[in-house]
Amino acid sequence: MIVKGGTVYDPANGIFGEEMDICIEGGRITEKAAGEEIDAKGLLVMPGGVDAHSHIAGKKVNTGRIMSPGDSRSGVEPRTAVCRPSTGYTVPNCYAMGYRYARMGYTTVFEAATPIIDARHTHEELKEIPILDKGALTLFGNNWEVMECVHDRDIPKLAAYVAWGLQAARGYGVKIVNPGGGEAWGFGTNVKGVHDPVPNFDVTPAEIIRGLAQANEMLRLPHSIHLHFNNLGKPGNYSTALETLELLKDIKPSRRRQVVHVAHMQFSSYGGTSWKDFESRAPDIADYFNKSSHATMDMGQVIFGNATTMTADAPLEYANARIAHAKWSNYDIELEESSGVVPWVYGRKMLVNDVQWAIGLELALLTKDPWKVLLTTDHPNGGPFVNYPEVITLLMSRPKREAEIATQHEMAPKRSTIATIDREMDWGEVAVMTRAAPARVLGLAEKGHLGPGADADITIYDLKPNEVDPSVDHALVKKALAAAKYTIKGGAVVAKEGEILQAPLGRTYWVQAEVPAADAQRLMVDLQEKFDRYYSIQLSNYMVQDAYVANPVVIRPPAREAAKEVA
Amino acid sequence: MIQEDVICSFCGCLCDDITAEVEAGAVSRVRHACRLGASKMMGHDRIKGPMIREDGTLVEASYQEAYDRAAQILLAARRPLLYGWASTVCEAQEKGVLLAEEVGGVMDSTATVCHGPSVIGIEEKGLASSTLGQVKNRADTIVFWGCNPAEAHPRHSLRYSSNVVGRFTPLGRAGRKIVVVDIRETRTSKNADKLVLIEPGSDYEVISALRMLVSGKAVIPERVGGVDKADLVALAEILKRAKFGAFFFGLGITHSRGRYKNVDNALSLVAELNSYTKFVVMPMRGHYNVAGIGQVLAWSSGFPMSVDFARGMPYFNPGETAACDLLARQDADAALIIAADPASNFPRSTVQALARIPVIQIDPYENPTTLLSKVVIPSAIAGIEAAGTAYRMDGLALRMKKLIDSPYPSDEEIIGQILESVKRQREMSAGGAAR
Repeated sequence: MIVKGGTVYDPANGIFGEEMDICIEGGRITEKAAGEEIDAKGLLVMPGGVDAHSHIAGKKVNTGRIMSPGDSRSGVEPRTAVCRPSTGYTVPNCYAMGYRYARMGYTTVFEAATPIIDARHTHEELKEIPILDKGALTLFGNNWEVMECVHDRDIPKLAAYVAWGLQAARGYGVKIVNPGGGEAWGFGTNVKGVHDPVPNFDVTPAEIIRGLAQANEMLRLPHSIHLHFNNLGKPGNYSTALETLELLKDIKPSRRRQVVHVAHMQFSSYGGTSWKDFESRAPDIADYFNKSSHATMDMGQVIFGNATTMTADAPLEYANARIAHAKWSNYDIELEESSGVVPWVYGRKMLVNDVQWAIGLELALLTKDPWKVLLTTDHPNGGPFVNYPEVITLLMSRPKREAEIATQHEMAPKRSTIATIDREMDWGEVAVMTRAAPARVLGLAEKGHLGPGADADITIYDLKPNEVDPSVDHALVKKALAAAKYTIKGGAVVAKEGEILQAPLGRTYWVQAEVPAADAQRLMVDLQEKFDRYYSIQLSNYMVQDAYVANPVVIRPPAREAAKEVA
Repeated sequence: MIQEDVICSFCGCLCDDITAEVEAGAVSRVRHACRLGASKMMGHDRIKGPMIREDGTLVEASYQEAYDRAAQILLAARRPLLYGWASTVCEAQEKGVLLAEEVGGVMDSTATVCHGPSVIGIEEKGLASSTLGQVKNRADTIVFWGCNPAEAHPRHSLRYSSNVVGRFTPLGRAGRKIVVVDIRETRTSKNADKLVLIEPGSDYEVISALRMLVSGKAVIPERVGGVDKADLVALAEILKRAKFGAFFFGLGITHSRGRYKNVDNALSLVAELNSYTKFVVMPMRGHYNVAGIGQVLAWSSGFPMSVDFARGMPYFNPGETAACDLLARQDADAALIIAADPASNFPRSTVQALARIPVIQIDPYENPTTLLSKVVIPSAIAGIEAAGTAYRMDGLALRMKKLIDSPYPSDEEIIGQILESVKRQREMSAGGAAR
């Protein structure tokens, strides 16, 4: 297949708006190809979209569906010859996840948080999501074994546990959510900062974060630690964010990538001392990112309307439920985590929500290097992923932002700098934030670009970058982004002008890291004791079996001896 | 051969520490399981082969004949009901959703006559819960309300709740306060520190009184639901003083007067207790994978039970689309019953409605539903003769093992074959019509 004459944006290969042909053979990008030609003359062509942080599968997503039948009633689409039926808006059913991402031109999506013991469930849902290539990050921030290794300063054993946990969960990377707080929530409390000791374990969140970052680099994992800060969602928490980032400055990355990826930065960029004097501190955060190079972030942009908040930060969800007098689901997970789910509404006339909306945009617009900021809504926490075209057009159009601000609470412009920002992103920057950067942050070599050897995941939008001014024609742009003219996945056209043409099952990435046998043996002594005494299931029934991982792609980080070449 | 860490396919405890001895293609001995679980695993009178009813009598048939006949019944039906699903694995349930989509049927599970009201309660209030291991390691206070695990979930107390020793519960039973609230003494209440006897149908009032007391408002009547105020004050104190409390509830709440409103109230009580201490709540799910059908239906259709695919897309309205509603209105004109026995468990009028329509039964064992079935298809027992996924009452997913080969096809295979037959026969008739 050849995609002819598109205006190509492929930032990873230094291509910004060049007219060129893209050749596809055997599911990959090649130098030459024959066969079918797709006329993309003058149209916007990008790699398939990559989402590095979205809640698409597993227990908390399904809990969101079960507790909100009203949500499932919206967005209903019937079964077709190709598609299973779709339901839902903030918590779509599995099939809708695949179709809706594909329609927008996205082809790779990573689930952001899975406890090891719940990973079987996550994979059961992942294998029902069509089209997309997927992976799931594994939670490590509150595991007893992690805290005990950190307490003993035994990083090699901690690395062995991380490797074992990724294997057990068929997971892709190390996710840390409110470290220590999930354990504290087991008895109904929380940690208040990075140096606040975790009850009963004599370690601090700071020690957990540093320990896991060291283990992550010892294992040379493709992705860095992926961190949801302590105190997330609270006024004044920007100082916790900056304090936490400082903790990781001296850690040397084992690969060409960040040392820490900060999840949904918007929720951790808050000033003020309460909701009354709540304000944006996004400029301080962006300033920190501009001056440092060890961290990346994703936006966690807020979208007005319905959302469902779901996170392993269980105390946060309890606080949400109390603020909103909303229904509340909680799920504490033995020896590993806590989590919660609360349906939510972001109101256009709610001052706090307006400031949150502004913060996500400020972070993206004030951080100079787009490679440091991934575009997300932390689906469905800030809002559903189907709103990415809205977010992109907000970043590309100052007039659109001004029109939005005009509909908001009158105090809103005083609580952030959003109204003063001139910057309007171009297609190259958008391609970085939605394609090239997420792939690089995740360490996916064959994703997010269109160089030879890359997966033939390509989006063609019905937009002529040389003719359309996104600043003015933002409505047109938004419409074109919502339904790609063509979404090509692995060399096959899966969606055309909003219609799903085929729905093949994508791949599932997971990481198998090697550790010295002696470390693994020491670890297994600990684990056997934990299963004998504390877990409620047997060790032999714990690991996710191969039957659950559809089309697996196993990533094996280079062993320690060979590591120098990578570094 | 001895198989360790086998998972029991009886109740929602899903015990995964069973040792099974297999000899000559059969389970010869089961250790660690309770009597209920062991009895199921050892097996007993099985349906010998597929049967189709001719002139009032079930006559032996081939599997293919049975699949084709089942498909014909579903194709001819205007409003087929696909019911059961609780005692089979998720892989079969997923195939079932596909079949329901294909024939435009209503898919409902045994939860509809069990913890269906709990599901509706959760839709109202959410569920503040945990895994059972969390209760094991932390709970110092446990309430069993309207449930009797000593008889229905025999190993619950030993593995997960009252009597188990965990990290922060080193004294086991001695370190815990166990409260039973019920309308009568039970075997569970014999192991309790406190039994609160309430009048039948007064759960809502008693829970409401406790909510008042927990929130510090002492203005309740001198007696509520047959319980003295002093007793309720003492109970409220026990709940608030817990370091980690767990509230387990059963059909005593879901199927007494008030039903889902009782559940809503209980979930609210637990949510409010979290303002004072740590508390979790969990329904005592019965069949080993009744939790699984809720999960499968939710991720595939958005709704956890009573899902109507007649419109080509999922529609959910319990009271309208639940199995008993369809049968009571005589709306369903065919039924596929898998791994369930509505003839024993449904209200009389709905069983009568079932007897008037063609019924396809898929089950390893004969039961009263067999007597009114038109097509009977015997299946392998999941967890013994077929592998697959099941969800424990707390939502943890485990993989059931296959211990022995079986001459019977699995539920997954049977549903898959019926689905194939449906597609084939539909194509044939479409082809015939075109000619």
